[in-house]
Amino acid sequence: MSSFLEVVDVHKYFPGVKANDGVNLDVRAGEVHAVLGENGAGKSTLMKLISGLYQPDAGEIRLEGRPVRFGSPRNAIRAGIGMVHQHFMLIPALTVADNIVLGDEPGGIRYKRRTAAAQVRALSQKYRLEVDPLARVEQLSVGLQQRVEILKVLYRRARLLILDEPTAVLTPQEAEELFQVLRHLKAQGTPVLFISHKLDEVRAVADRITVMRAGRTVATVPAADASPQELANLMVGREVVLRVNKPPRTPGDVVLSVRNLSVTDAERRLRVRDVSFEVRAGEILGIAGVDGNGQTELADAIAGLLPASGGQVAFLSQDITRLPPGERTRRGIAYVPQDRQRDGLVLDFTLVENAMLRDVSHPPFSRRGILQHRPARAYTERLLEAFDVRPRDPDRHAGDLSGGNQQKMILAREVSRDPSLLIAVQPTRGLDVGAIEGIHRQLLRLREAGKAILLVSLELDEILSLSDRIAVMHHGQVVDIVPAETATREQIGLLMTGTRVGESEVAQPSNR
Amino acid sequence: MTPVLATALAILIGAAIAYILGFDPFVAYGALLTGAFGNTMAISSTLAGAVPLALAGLGVSVAFRAGLFNIGAEGQYWIGVIAAVWFGYHLTGWPGWLHTLVCVVAAAVAGGLWGGLIPGLAKAYRGAHEVITTMMMSYIAIYFGQYLIAAGGPMHAPGYNAQSYPIRQDAWLTVLVPPQLTTAVFFALGTAVAVWWVMFHTTVGFRLRTVGANARAARYAGILVPAYTVLALGLSGLLAGLAGGVQVLALDHRLMWGFNTGYGYTAIVVALLARNHPFGVLLAAVFFSALSTGGQNMQMVSQLPSSLTDVLTGLIVFFVAAERMVPLAIAWYRRRRGVRVQVAAAGEGGREA
Repeated sequence: MSSFLEVVDVHKYFPGVKANDGVNLDVRAGEVHAVLGENGAGKSTLMKLISGLYQPDAGEIRLEGRPVRFGSPRNAIRAGIGMVHQHFMLIPALTVADNIVLGDEPGGIRYKRRTAAAQVRALSQKYRLEVDPLARVEQLSVGLQQRVEILKVLYRRARLLILDEPTAVLTPQEAEELFQVLRHLKAQGTPVLFISHKLDEVRAVADRITVMRAGRTVATVPAADASPQELANLMVGREVVLRVNKPPRTPGDVVLSVRNLSVTDAERRLRVRDVSFEVRAGEILGIAGVDGNGQTELADAIAGLLPASGGQVAFLSQDITRLPPGERTRRGIAYVPQDRQRDGLVLDFTLVENAMLRDVSHPPFSRRGILQHRPARAYTERLLEAFDVRPRDPDRHAGDLSGGNQQKMILAREVSRDPSLLIAVQPTRGLDVGAIEGIHRQLLRLREAGKAILLVSLELDEILSLSDRIAVMHHGQVVDIVPAETATREQIGLLMTGTRVGESEVAQPSNR
Repeated sequence: MTPVLATALAILIGAAIAYILGFDPFVAYGALLTGAFGNTMAISSTLAGAVPLALAGLGVSVAFRAGLFNIGAEGQYWIGVIAAVWFGYHLTGWPGWLHTLVCVVAAAVAGGLWGGLIPGLAKAYRGAHEVITTMMMSYIAIYFGQYLIAAGGPMHAPGYNAQSYPIRQDAWLTVLVPPQLTTAVFFALGTAVAVWWVMFHTTVGFRLRTVGANARAARYAGILVPAYTVLALGLSGLLAGLAGGVQVLALDHRLMWGFNTGYGYTAIVVALLARNHPFGVLLAAVFFSALSTGGQNMQMVSQLPSSLTDVLTGLIVFFVAAERMVPLAIAWYRRRRGVRVQVAAAGEGGREA
């Protein structure tokens, strides 16, 4: 097979950073080629070099054997490079067809809307990317919006499709549909370059996999031969523990007890309905469910960020239902919120300020209302060291950190205050293997130390491997709580749709 | 960096305008500079004019830091003047320093209540936007002041002019450098240090800044955001009221018709140019005060209308606000040039599809 795109020994430097430091890649005609690497390994820089946003400092990019130098994304598009960004660039109020032809409309200034719709329909049939050309983008699901993005580049006659972390925003079903589309494109001869940090999906969809680490490409392997362990080791550069080792532990006293809790969100919609459960010391209770079934609101209500509209929350045998969030924090509830950038951190603040965010009125951060800069700094330095947050510079702003390091920072802050209960909502969302491993280890260490942990996650594997018991939420209710040892993916998956198995269907009408 | 750049750009464009209008920009700016700093009298006036700008500017900046836009500093300033004057001529037989202190505290408290309690509570518990409420309260304050001193008004002093009784002389601030520079300048310096210390060295300041930087994270951090909203607007009004009180004790000594100098509005520009840093506010206040005192001299010497200084102010606001536009414009220019140079070189690279 001939190479469609070759990247030969490309280097790209930014002040103080070797973003790409010797990158080699060849994408053959008619293959799905994955670039696998941790966050910060240089994948995005490479993509920006290929799509013309950056120019390489050294090395060469060849298209069908001929060296090219794109001065701008426009030139790259003209050459047939189609980039689908992680963040969609669509206009919600316009139709699918309008969005697709935008900037290259049939008829030019006298825009022929009907021709556009017909062209888009033909295109979507050709590539089996079914979507209604006349639907407005704002009415589409995220998965369909992504299709529109793909159609947009195909409309511009892309001969190579580049997808940057395309599954980050998709449900598992939508991801599977995307893989079908990619296989079909491949069958039609369009090579696909697929950027990801997720081992499983790369193995599922790619023909060959190129692994990047610290700005370099370290290996290119056929997907059929690569084991997850091998890939993970290549990515991280050391032996990675993929399977969690969870020693058995007998749970202690009840730490958190939730009784008939109901919660309405800011728009006054009922999101949590009559939920009851307990979490004991030394136990991880996993909350599984499809996104948007009330898990986040449940966590927010326990942390005090949303008021309970009914029911009771008891912590260490005391009713905390009406306490403000600050008081709950003081009593020993730690919370890793879902949105680390909007809730968990102040991005414009330094790491020292972020470390003191939740405990500013206590030593070592302050005495009698006066900030203690030096002890706070020393404390933060120890925190960064202990939790391996990089860069290890307490004066850096939180916004400068990568997603994984931001999450480590939040976890470091929450865990080091020695809480009795940790609520963690999607603590590994968007993180790479190395970072996920670290966070899982921390959660298990807390369990080992006899803390109660409430883990909300959309990743079924994460729930299954970490939890002692699993509560499955559907439509604001806890459908069932099952022990993790005997739980299967199929069983949890079924519960996630709201269906209970066997005789438990009729039991406990109060939960329905 | 940006504030200095914005100021420099504004001065440059101002020079161009002066030149186009047929004036020599060097003569004009020279006159402006000597008018503001040329002799002790000029310096005295410039620094005296900077005091209320600095105090009210500190007030606006505190609200900005907490993510709130207090544009009613002018009204809070007025309320401060009214309170100081009222205590200034009603109290008798107090020691001078104590009388001054009472007037200053009254001004600050009145400004704080006016700016903080009403707009703050309305914002925190009813969601009324502070831009609207502080502005409305500002107009109420201004017209209330005019009512007080109009003929028949409760503070109207007998006579032809619409003005109040004067503050008793024992409460006046002492003149340091004639004609205008008084001990008021120490209030400005002291308050700037105090604001800096509170904002960057206390838990209260930290929480205020957290609310301003990310209100959601502030809630997560256990900060009572409504309470800190009231506090921020309260402090903001307190400082603007203090500005009024100090100024009236230093210079006018009474509430007068048409003394409305717009300090409270210029204070917004001061805070903007200072990027809400307390010490930056001091510098920016001196700068804008110099524009105003120097502007009059400029008009006399070079015939260039002093309203050019208003043009400069407008340009500075524009450039400071457009801070993010500059790098964008540079990037855009680079891209354009890149396209033109490289279209021929690489454009046909993959065209034969």
